[in-house]
Amino acid sequence: MAERKTKKETASTKGTTAAVKKQAPAKAAIGEQPEAKKEARVGVFICHCGTNIAGSMDITAVQDYAKTIPNVAYVDNYKYMCSMPGQAVINKAIADNKLTGVVVAACSPRLHEPTFRTATKEGGLNPFRFEMANIREQNSWVHMHDQEGATEKAKDAIRIAVAKATLLEDLFPKSVPVEKAAMVVGAGIAGMQAALDLANAGIKTYLIEKTPTIGGRMSQLDKTFPTLDCSQCILTPKMVDVGRSENIELMTYSEVESVEGYIGNFDVTIRKKARGVLSMEEGEAMGIVGGGCNGCGDCEAVCPVVLPNTFEEGMKPRKAIYIQHPQVVPLLYTIDFESCIKCDLCVKICGEKKAIDLNQKDEFVKVKVGTAILATGYDMFPVENKTEWGYKRFENVITSLEFERLICASGPTGGHMVRPSDGVAPKRVAFLLCAGSRDNTGNGKPYCSRFCCMYSLKHAHQLIEKMPGVQPYIFYMDIRSFGKMYEEFYYRIQDEGAKFIRGRVSNILEDPVSKNLMVFADDTLLDRPMKLEVDLVVLAAAVQPAADTNRTRKLFGVSCSMDGWLLEAHPKLNPCGTTTAGVFLAGVCQGPKDIPDTVASAEGAASAASIPIHVGHVELEPYFAQCIDEKCAGCGMCVNLCPYSALALVEKDGRKVMQVTEAKCKGCGTCGGFCPGGAIWMNHFATPQIIAQIDAFLLGGEQ
Amino acid sequence: MAGHEAPPKREDGAFKPKIIGILCNWCSYAGADLAGGGRIQYPPDVRVVRVMCTGRIDPLFIMKAFTDGADGVLISGCHFGDCHYLEGNYKAAKRMFLVKNLLKNIGLEDKRLRMTFVSASEGAKWGQVITDVVKTVETLGPSPLAELTK
Ligand SMILES: Cc1cc2nc3c(=O)[nH]c(=O)nc-3n(C[C@H](O)[C@H](O)[C@H](O)COP(=O)(O)OP(=O)(O)OC[C@H]3O[C@@H](n4cnc5c(N)ncnc54)[C@H](O)[C@@H]3O)c2cc1C
Ligand code: SF4
Ligand code: SF4
Ligand code: FES
Repeated sequence: MAERKTKKETASTKGTTAAVKKQAPAKAAIGEQPEAKKEARVGVFICHCGTNIAGSMDITAVQDYAKTIPNVAYVDNYKYMCSMPGQAVINKAIADNKLTGVVVAACSPRLHEPTFRTATKEGGLNPFRFEMANIREQNSWVHMHDQEGATEKAKDAIRIAVAKATLLEDLFPKSVPVEKAAMVVGAGIAGMQAALDLANAGIKTYLIEKTPTIGGRMSQLDKTFPTLDCSQCILTPKMVDVGRSENIELMTYSEVESVEGYIGNFDVTIRKKARGVLSMEEGEAMGIVGGGCNGCGDCEAVCPVVLPNTFEEGMKPRKAIYIQHPQVVPLLYTIDFESCIKCDLCVKICGEKKAIDLNQKDEFVKVKVGTAILATGYDMFPVENKTEWGYKRFENVITSLEFERLICASGPTGGHMVRPSDGVAPKRVAFLLCAGSRDNTGNGKPYCSRFCCMYSLKHAHQLIEKMPGVQPYIFYMDIRSFGKMYEEFYYRIQDEGAKFIRGRVSNILEDPVSKNLMVFADDTLLDRPMKLEVDLVVLAAAVQPAADTNRTRKLFGVSCSMDGWLLEAHPKLNPCGTTTAGVFLAGVCQGPKDIPDTVASAEGAASAASIPIHVGHVELEPYFAQCIDEKCAGCGMCVNLCPYSALALVEKDGRKVMQVTEAKCKGCGTCGGFCPGGAIWMNHFATPQIIAQIDAFLLGGEQ
Repeated sequence: MAGHEAPPKREDGAFKPKIIGILCNWCSYAGADLAGGGRIQYPPDVRVVRVMCTGRIDPLFIMKAFTDGADGVLISGCHFGDCHYLEGNYKAAKRMFLVKNLLKNIGLEDKRLRMTFVSASEGAKWGQVITDVVKTVETLGPSPLAELTK
């Protein structure tokens, strides 16, 4: 006990809060009546949330009931408790009624706990003397047709919250310094933009990319809607900027291996995969004069191993030692060790540059950053799973990404749009929109992939422009052209002569001789089945989270939604944040976005991630564990339970007791839930507080 | 079925189970909030206590709830591998086996205690879980311990 008091005093002398100091309640064991209860004075504030809450329950009945709860000294209600006047009601009531605790019955604490904590603090109380009763998300919204049930549940919720509020203690958030560096994972347009913004704001930024080059999907695109500027022309200058920026430490062919710590102080281990080739800097560092890879490509010419180039969607070969395309950043070859036969030919041809090291091993690099942004992007949904469209069975059924490469001047055909079966230019091309998107069959994705409508319009335009006489047919469910100048772009493509057929394609058959395709669909506007012979089919395949997303998100403690996209802290009010403080999201990893939205989200994430770094310190919720020395038997069982190694046994007054390293403890309570002697006090979630809640529900109400 | 329609109304005087739900902040509590956002309708019998992680849940909390007369206890956390604190839910799940055994030993149906895993994105599943738990406890009837404590 004495031990704990000194801790509190040191915390408060730091001046983190101008709180009313009050004797902390004794730590009572289960069943004992904690002392503070007698003197507690709790104010209850009930929010109508317009009609969101008031429409589903009887607020007057709830308020009348709240007045009868033991220790309740004041009750009020207001239309919008979170508004300025609502918060003023709380401020005033705290002083007027000498409240020791505040309960707001309103929405979820996950939404407005911070708001009301501030209001509580402004009223002169320690902000942790606040407890919320969730009567909206978990009551009025889910019991909309049960006025009586909702009203009873609200009464109980308030009683439970009051029980906790009577036992709440002053707590003082710990202020920790923030490392003046950030990390961005994934170097597509999202990650590049975020890294550039951070770097330009003067922040050292580690940019981690799993492939050998930055650029992401955008570097595979030919032109971009709706302005039709060439993707490479707007992307490559940015890639060069990233490569050049003094504040960006670029790590390509690298992955995040582990993450430890918390906002302000993440210790990240990065695996630099062995690429078998030294950069010029690495060469110099090793004392090889004029050595290291200069991108000459001599090695590539001699390498005997031939593989498909994934950048070209497999439509062009590459060697075991390769660059994916001429604009790569960094311009540095990479050996695919899974296919390399170690023939040594490249080493010989590379000669004096000594750039190639066939025995290179993965390296692990540790860095410390204050905040991190995930920008891991997307992969294409394996559209061959939709067997009815024949992708991978019929040569002339291709995906939209393959289309991008085929129409691109730097692509495998030099921009000549030909069909794969015979290399002849197609005359009739069918585009299938929502190929695997908006699909509730279970064999597809229920969501809209958001950019396929627009890029398919773009594809139709490119065909018409490049190959006069060709007829594009667009099979669609709805055309979603919601962005700035997008609807106008849609009209333009209609005027240019693309044919639009509203209906899903049920089946595609191939003529075994001509390799032409017969497309079967329902034209839902004319309400009749139709079939159409075409030379080429382009599937606007759905997109899904990039392959390694799940592993990576878990390292950072980020949740995902049901379809695997990373989960933002709040879909409207905090779309770049996550529930892990200090970790943010940018680009498509959070859900499909076109380039304008991707860049906007990246700039948002960069700005959010720079705030704690510029402020220089953050406040951590003081939910850590503490040892009640008198009760600790020194058994040490809790020590191994802690996932963060925050606990240790130490000698104190001639016996062993447990000790918590507060900076390491994240406050999960796993130790506290275990200790058989009840010797672990979990701040804000202490055993007597939780037991009081349970008792209040089951013993406290009208029986 | 939990969905957008109102759950069926109980007959007057029918048994109203007292169920306590102890939820972790990061997944199940967020999932329950999402059910609200989606206006998923479910029976109003479960009262919620929020903890940061299911790892915090001392078996004594559950026993205390039953001795106080709870007809059912629901523990809900993140899916395995998704716990905000890495592995609190594994530890909680282990303890649940222990508590279930204890319940059986004192002659209480162990079905009155249930642990579920509902993520922050599973609002509809939350509605389903509550509906199921309420139904189970309704079928079991009032807890024999509740009768004793009266
Ligand atoms: C066929 C097609 C045409 C399109 N046309 C247009 C258009 O005309 N206009 C438009 O606005 N949009 C268009 N888009 C959409 C556009 O591609 C996206 O908006 C954009 O690429 C999203 O960028 P991003 O950085 O979020 O993701 P990505 O481009 O996918 O980049 C993610 C990066 O992260 C890396 N990465 C992934 N996982 C990890 C990991 N675990 N660790 C490290 N690195 C990782 C990846 O290797 C990649 O480099 C089109 C999309 C398609 C499919
Ligand atoms: S050693 Fe490997 S990378 Fe070099 S040429 Fe031979 S196969 Fe190609
Ligand atoms: S609450 Fe206990 S188990 Fe959890 S992090 Fe802190 S010391 Fe470790
Ligand atoms: S945080 Fe949800 S179970 Fe641990």
